[in-house]
Amino acid sequence: MAKIKIDGIDTTVAEGMTVLEAARNIGVRIPALCQHPKLTPFGGCRLCLVEIKGFPRPVTSCTTPVSDGMEIVTTSPTIERLRRTVLELILSDHPNDCMICEQAGACTLQELAYEYGLRENRFAGERRVYEKKDGNPFIERDLEKCILCGRCVKVCDEVQGVEAIDFGYRGFDSKIVTSFEDDLNCEFCGQCVSVCPTGALTGKQWAKHGRQMGVKETDSICSYCGTGCTITYHVKNNDIVRVTSKEDTLNEGWLCVKGRFGYKFVSSPDRLKHPLIKKDGEFREATWDEALDLIADRLKKIKREDGPDAIAGLSSARCTNEENYAFQKFIRAAVGTNNVDHCARL
Amino acid sequence: MHNITVKVCMGTGGIAAGGDEVLAAFNREIAAAGIAASVGKKCSAHQVGCRGLCAKDVLVDVIINDSKVTYIHVKPEMVSRIVKEHIIENIPVAEFVAGDDYHNFHNKQFKVVLSDCGSIDPEDIESYIAVGGYTAAQKVLGSMSPEETTDLIKKSGLRGRGGAGFPTGTKWEIASKQTSEKKFLICNADEGDPGAFMDRSVIEGNPHAVIEGMIIGAYAIGADKGYVYIRAEYPLAVERLKKALDDARGRNFLGKSIMGSGFNFDILVKLGAGAFVCGEETALIASIEGQRGMPRAKPPFPVYQGLWGKPTVINNVETLANVPYIVRKGPEWFASFGTEKSKGTKVFALTGKIKNSGLIEVPMGIPLRQIIYDIGGGIEGDRRFKAVQTGGPSGGCIPADLLDTAVDFESLAKVGSIVGSGGMVVLDETDCMVNIAKFFLEFTRGESCGKCVPCRIGTKRLLEILERITKGEGRPGDIALLEDMSVDIKMASLCGLGQTAPNPVLSTIKYFRHEYEAHINDKKCPAGVCRDLLTYQVISEACKGCGACLRACPAKAITGDKKQPHVIDPSVCIRCGACFDVCKFKAVKKE
Repeated sequence: MAKIKIDGIDTTVAEGMTVLEAARNIGVRIPALCQHPKLTPFGGCRLCLVEIKGFPRPVTSCTTPVSDGMEIVTTSPTIERLRRTVLELILSDHPNDCMICEQAGACTLQELAYEYGLRENRFAGERRVYEKKDGNPFIERDLEKCILCGRCVKVCDEVQGVEAIDFGYRGFDSKIVTSFEDDLNCEFCGQCVSVCPTGALTGKQWAKHGRQMGVKETDSICSYCGTGCTITYHVKNNDIVRVTSKEDTLNEGWLCVKGRFGYKFVSSPDRLKHPLIKKDGEFREATWDEALDLIADRLKKIKREDGPDAIAGLSSARCTNEENYAFQKFIRAAVGTNNVDHCARL
Repeated sequence: MHNITVKVCMGTGGIAAGGDEVLAAFNREIAAAGIAASVGKKCSAHQVGCRGLCAKDVLVDVIINDSKVTYIHVKPEMVSRIVKEHIIENIPVAEFVAGDDYHNFHNKQFKVVLSDCGSIDPEDIESYIAVGGYTAAQKVLGSMSPEETTDLIKKSGLRGRGGAGFPTGTKWEIASKQTSEKKFLICNADEGDPGAFMDRSVIEGNPHAVIEGMIIGAYAIGADKGYVYIRAEYPLAVERLKKALDDARGRNFLGKSIMGSGFNFDILVKLGAGAFVCGEETALIASIEGQRGMPRAKPPFPVYQGLWGKPTVINNVETLANVPYIVRKGPEWFASFGTEKSKGTKVFALTGKIKNSGLIEVPMGIPLRQIIYDIGGGIEGDRRFKAVQTGGPSGGCIPADLLDTAVDFESLAKVGSIVGSGGMVVLDETDCMVNIAKFFLEFTRGESCGKCVPCRIGTKRLLEILERITKGEGRPGDIALLEDMSVDIKMASLCGLGQTAPNPVLSTIKYFRHEYEAHINDKKCPAGVCRDLLTYQVISEACKGCGACLRACPAKAITGDKKQPHVIDPSVCIRCGACFDVCKFKAVKKE
């Protein structure tokens, strides 16, 4: 354990913890853009600079491990001046079109600009302009809004293990690129979108469905598979605007392409809401009792006439383990056949 | 019977000046004259590495029975006379012989690292062994413990020659104390400062000294594998290094149980792909690991967690090349040169507006004035000295009234510059200091890796402001803005590149603020360099009406009848300076 002092507050934290984590532990907020609790430290945005007694220059708290006896100052006129300059530099190469940005209201950069009261920019100059739009179906990549924090690169590599993107070029021309700068062609899990602190990465289908203000968030469980990830529906005007997941869930906030982007079925007019029974070549709505009775009658009839092996059961990956267990039990014990399988066996 | 040796400079500079043709001519003429037949093996002509005074290449030494004569600017067609008159008739060809300035260039120098450069054949291991090469490694491996080796280097006071000046012995000591089954020693040969060529010349001229230094360093820290990270833009150095490594392996100076000592060590060559930032040690490590060359935050320092997470010592070429000489001649000998805190000598690449441009090695603490006027021979064209830029893009400009500053780590830092890796660019009255700052910012802006905000965007913004100043679009407050952002960029950047990139701006503002003010307030460039701020005018009293300027003007901005004073129309003039250059009567005024 290391005894340290943060802004005059004595605290004891585990060795190996970063200064930033230690500060957050005791409720001291340090601004940061590139740091993400689930990803390895990057140290690129330079907003989390702090002063440590005995260190010749300010250091990034996200990369500096604590050591016994450390005395840390998280805010001072020098530190605040540096943070302000860094933010101003970032904003000098940012479109500043918050009025029409999908992310407005949920954008860390916008929040920080607000906090530091930055509107005029001493450094206004050339901005990066990228005209090419990524043609992939799920993820809007607006690289002009990208601040090169590297979170997307890290999540893709460290969490998803896909490495679909990386840094390309150098200096002011640096940009997050795909292989050969083709359109993004990955799993589209959207983890990159979930960690982007600006409007550079958003869901294509989110566009113009509603920004964060006035959105009602409802926690739910993803129905796509037995993993049961906790998801949060963002609903506005009775329309699902987007799906996210919170960091303190079993799935630690990570989702796959289906959970994150496959929510349109909820409001699809083709969605089945009642059992349908086909009669004379036409489907008609039925009650659950009618439908279940019909199925039971038919199964019994087939079993009687042709034996149980004339029946097979195919279950779904969207069911839970318990449901699948009950289903195979039904097929094996009630129907009496081993003809049972599952759609995930591809 | 005579002992005759001809040494032809064939560093990159020597070859560019035609060194290989000169060497071929010597071999041809010596054979044709039948000298080989009469004196046999006692007559030889061979290549040597950089001799320092690149401005006078091709340099040739003719040594007859220990009596050495140096020829300058040798061309192949001069060789037959040298062979006939000097080698055969023993009368040196006076008109080709180097004059006083050549000797003055060398007199104030003291060579440790370069002592065998320019004298031995870099591609012949025997040539290095003949001057005591590999005896230091033999001594260390055969009779010293790693602790004794580290202590010896500590006692010498050797500090890193790559720029930061960290004590080499201390770095080795920390690494030697790390308990790890694997450690690495890396030689940083990613020399990238504009105008700097110290490390290239050392590897081209004496690659074995670097290898021997690496063997000793690896033994001291307990590494069994070393890397030389070298720029791919240095093909000759790479070629000579690879040959030297092969030859050293052949002699069991590298490999298993070196010289029977039981110590194993070998060296791999890793070519850099051209990024300046890969000279920064954590970026260099990332590059060797096959990742994008981007620095990471320190701590942990590489000496604790470096290549593949293992303790790693990274030493510069010149640092390592010093090591065998320190071991051979003793740490006290080395520490007898230099100042209290900066021991030994330092190699500098002296370039710019200087008469004797080239590679020099001087004792630490020598005044700048001696380097520029005694060794460098003063300013080209005897123009007025303005400043000397040391330390490359991380360094600063030192003005004339600080010419007596001693060249060592502390003194240069005190005047706002650095020793750095050893670039020294001399500037004269025809250099615009705003333009110089712009030049270095163009470099750092292009070489920033893009990882951290202050360097990635900050260098771009600094450059934009400098550009507008040199275009005559400077605004009141620009100087203060440059100063403010420079300070912030230095303090907030991640690695040495960003932390030092504003130095050329700060030091030029500090010493040449009036030039900035002239650009911004008066829209004038005092040195007459910034094109957008120049005006060209014909002085009618001096104009003879010859029409030379009128014909030279590409914009047809000049009018005037024959033998009548001509006139330049400023609204058409593109300020190319053609009229100024072509006028024989100095009748065109440039302001």
